[in-house]
Amino acid sequence: MIELLEKFTAGFGPAGEESQITSIIRDEIEEFSDEVRTDNLGNLIALKRGSGDKKIMLAAHMDEIGIMITHVDDDGFLRFTPIGGVNPGILRHKNFVFADGTLGTVGVEKLDSIKDLKLEKLFLDIGAADKKEAEQQVKVGDSAVYQKSFYSTSSRIIANSLDDRAGCALLAGLLRNLEMPAHDIYFVFTSQEEVGTRGAGTAAYGIEPDLALAVDVTGTGDTPEAHTMDVKLGKGAAIKVMDRGSISHPGIKNLLVKLAEQAEIPYQYEVLEFGATDARAIQLSRSGVPSGTLSIPCRYIHSPAEMLDISDFKACAGLLQEFVSSKELKEIIKNN
Amino acid sequence: MNGGYLTIMNKIEKSTDIKKLIKELSERSAVSGEERGAFQLVKDFLSHYTDEIRTDPLDNLIARRAGTAEDIKVMLAAHLDEIGLMVKSIDDNGFLKFATVGGIDPRTLPAQEVIVNGRKEITGVIGAMPPHLLSRDKRKKAHKLEDLYIDTGLELEEVKKNINIGDTVTIKRELTYLENDYVSGKALDDRAGVLMMLETARELDKIKHQADVYFVATSQEEVGLKGSETAAYDIFPDVGIAIDVCHGQMPGVDRGDASEMAKGPAVAFGPQVHPDIYQLLTKTAEERSIPYQKEASTTPYGTDAASIQIARSGVATALISIPLRYMHTSVEVISLQDVKSGAQLLARTIAEIDQDFLEGLTCY
Amino acid sequence: MLLEKLSNARAVSGREKEVRELLREEIKDNVDRLKTDVMGNLIAVKGPDKPGPRVMLAAHMDEVGLMISEITSDGLLKFKPVGGFDKRILVSKKVSIGEKNISGVIGAKAIHLQKKSERDKPLDYDNLYIDIGAKNKENAEKLVSPGDMAAFTTEFKKISSHRALGKAFDDRVGCSLLAELTEYSYDYPIYFVFTVQEEVGLRGAGQAAYWLKPDLALVLEGTSAADVPENKEFRYSTTLGKGPALTVRDRTIVVNKKLLQELIATAEEHDIPYQFRRTTAGGNDAGVINITGEGIPAAVISLPCRYIHSPVSLLDLTDYANMKKLVYNYLLAIKRKEF
Repeated sequence: MIELLEKFTAGFGPAGEESQITSIIRDEIEEFSDEVRTDNLGNLIALKRGSGDKKIMLAAHMDEIGIMITHVDDDGFLRFTPIGGVNPGILRHKNFVFADGTLGTVGVEKLDSIKDLKLEKLFLDIGAADKKEAEQQVKVGDSAVYQKSFYSTSSRIIANSLDDRAGCALLAGLLRNLEMPAHDIYFVFTSQEEVGTRGAGTAAYGIEPDLALAVDVTGTGDTPEAHTMDVKLGKGAAIKVMDRGSISHPGIKNLLVKLAEQAEIPYQYEVLEFGATDARAIQLSRSGVPSGTLSIPCRYIHSPAEMLDISDFKACAGLLQEFVSSKELKEIIKNN
Repeated sequence: MNGGYLTIMNKIEKSTDIKKLIKELSERSAVSGEERGAFQLVKDFLSHYTDEIRTDPLDNLIARRAGTAEDIKVMLAAHLDEIGLMVKSIDDNGFLKFATVGGIDPRTLPAQEVIVNGRKEITGVIGAMPPHLLSRDKRKKAHKLEDLYIDTGLELEEVKKNINIGDTVTIKRELTYLENDYVSGKALDDRAGVLMMLETARELDKIKHQADVYFVATSQEEVGLKGSETAAYDIFPDVGIAIDVCHGQMPGVDRGDASEMAKGPAVAFGPQVHPDIYQLLTKTAEERSIPYQKEASTTPYGTDAASIQIARSGVATALISIPLRYMHTSVEVISLQDVKSGAQLLARTIAEIDQDFLEGLTCY
Repeated sequence: MLLEKLSNARAVSGREKEVRELLREEIKDNVDRLKTDVMGNLIAVKGPDKPGPRVMLAAHMDEVGLMISEITSDGLLKFKPVGGFDKRILVSKKVSIGEKNISGVIGAKAIHLQKKSERDKPLDYDNLYIDIGAKNKENAEKLVSPGDMAAFTTEFKKISSHRALGKAFDDRVGCSLLAELTEYSYDYPIYFVFTVQEEVGLRGAGQAAYWLKPDLALVLEGTSAADVPENKEFRYSTTLGKGPALTVRDRTIVVNKKLLQELIATAEEHDIPYQFRRTTAGGNDAGVINITGEGIPAAVISLPCRYIHSPVSLLDLTDYANMKKLVYNYLLAIKRKEF
């Protein structure tokens, strides 16, 4: 599964332009699925049929944050705008890469004070001598993402886009290994989550699931002078209670806790004071879908170097498996 | 987890009066996401006036009362959830750090008694340092959320046995009866609206109406108008009326931003209100001499009316609000007269809805 | 000229009647069916029974404006904004209020009477009033009521051979183009949807899209052109005179790649000048349309306008003509087999 993760983090896929990462994921799951399709918003939807009559939707988003080029100036420098939650304050001297591999680095205009550092003071330098040369490689409207890197130690992984390639890897891993599911399981690799959980909503509308679980990363409170938050790397799979996008269905939350305790999988509760996951969109689909989120604890989200703990990652994989195989899913669905 | 700290809950009878009802409603703990805390109370009352009651995947409580026609659906929506807090962390000394659920003003929190809805209800206090121990500048600034904590007085062991991350916290406040049929308490936003909805059921029981009426105690309004979105999709009514609260007149507030107290409910007009329903409400009020006020909205947002209106291919909606002072504090004040007038107005208006009226809704 | 009539008409979000009536009159003989829905959207269709992709064209009828919130004892009117705009542009402008079209002016304390410190701060809604010349509250109440809408009153004017000024180009230009396009025939069912309440949250388009379930949608908008002296070139967004602007992405939509390529191909094939909208700020009806149901491929074509969301906007009529040419040729090119 770590191999899958490494493969996935290397895929190019800023929100709205997921075709490359879609192919990479599709290659890994197609032969293990009963049906695979994409939809109008670019979601990748794989179905594994089960013996029962209920539909379970699992969602992890394929897209990552990035930047879009808005201007090529006469000297070959590029101006850009964010795609998703990119913090202009951390972009100086970061490298970005385009779909075709073209690389650029972020420079900044002269500043009177650090407080003046804003998006409009930044530019991307791809080493072109002038406008003409730049336009041979890049044009207005093209998008780029953080340069790719992947490091693992014995216990931690530092890579770009663990948000949410880690979730995608968990889903893909489960899909490959799951035999005879009790219900129809829809593994949805969603699009455009980073710009407003858009793919998840249209995917859910099409699938009409009875129950859904999003798998995404969440922040931690375990770094120096961090905002108070209970989640820590190494303490296990994080079971989301609430974030600013959704309040998890209590039946799903409680079942995850119960299963973790029964299977002795380390877990922790998560309350996030900002952010959202695909659960937000799925929960509000049509007449409502009981939804929750299983979270992978992750430091430095939305930076080029996100960090997760391998034991947490494995705990999430284990808990996800337990969840999907649980006989109690029917109870949650029935009670609604 | 529980249903309010008044441990003796009297059975709600068909005849239970409005003063008792508002006390029971206000004192229930039902923070967004835990509306079940107030289900029993609402179910008990509505069971006397409706034909079927169910809940849905988002914990909306939906009760349907049949009308004489078969094909007219009116949906009333009042949100059952209240703003509150959620435990996000327990420190080494057993103090609880918390996150907000819905729009809580941190300045209303220091020195507030609360109930932590853990394995059992636990009383706590949101600590506020006494002025003697604070520096002069600290005293001048409002408390920041990050600095506040809940003190249960319990040792860490006890805390951990009974409280988990994710447990909700409600403000502890008993309802107070003031002069002139005013009441004060927490969560009158929108328990007062729920009360108006229940009273409307009571009023409808006395008259004939063609429309099937859906009484929906919606969930998660305070965190994004969520319950009403899915309930409206599911029911897809011909007419949807949200019942909420609006600001009541008080010093320091522009007259244009608030309605007067005890002069009748405020009937809104604005982008989220279908002009025909507004007309029907105001005309009915005038014909029957029911006091009401007008409220102009520049934006459609802020109440369940906004999400009901955009369900599927669109719903004709309206909004009626109870003037309320000190919104989102634990001492909200409303006039029960306004609730009674509102219930009468809604019942009488619903009774006027027939096929002809519905056909006119798409004539612009 | 239709654009002139539409620009001068008043339709603040939620009260789109005047523009709806104008449009209905204008197009009713060109289309097979016309209806309004419960939101007030005006939906017209040509060829509803034809086979082929169901195409939706959309433009919004509403404009930003003001709502009267209170009448003071002096007979002056306090107001609140409807829709988003920079409140610094309000002072010293003329408005027209309510169905009776009562004239008013937006005034504030004269500069002579202001303290030096006051002069640097923009005027807030608390300091601005609309004066209709009423003697007192009672007098004012006979003419206007809280809840009445006030719209700007700039009159449409051609100021050169190819430039015009007026108000509400966002989105009367779209409405005008849509209406003009009803004059032609198409090989497939095509819905012309004039939406309501776009400016207060993209509120009308979603319901129309839900109902008619199109295979693709094109939104025609008026967008900001900031090609003015105080701005650096990379912040222009769009430039007047460089043709219609194609959106790649904005705050609410990533435009369907295939649609975008097809639009570009059409422009190049017919030698129509075009540009890209070089900002991702802002959103429009395409934002709700593209995520309706299972998702609808959608694209946005905008006319560059300077100073949108203010009382006076400026546009280029050759851009308008080119935008029409681009949309029309694209519509002609939609072939059944592609869907």
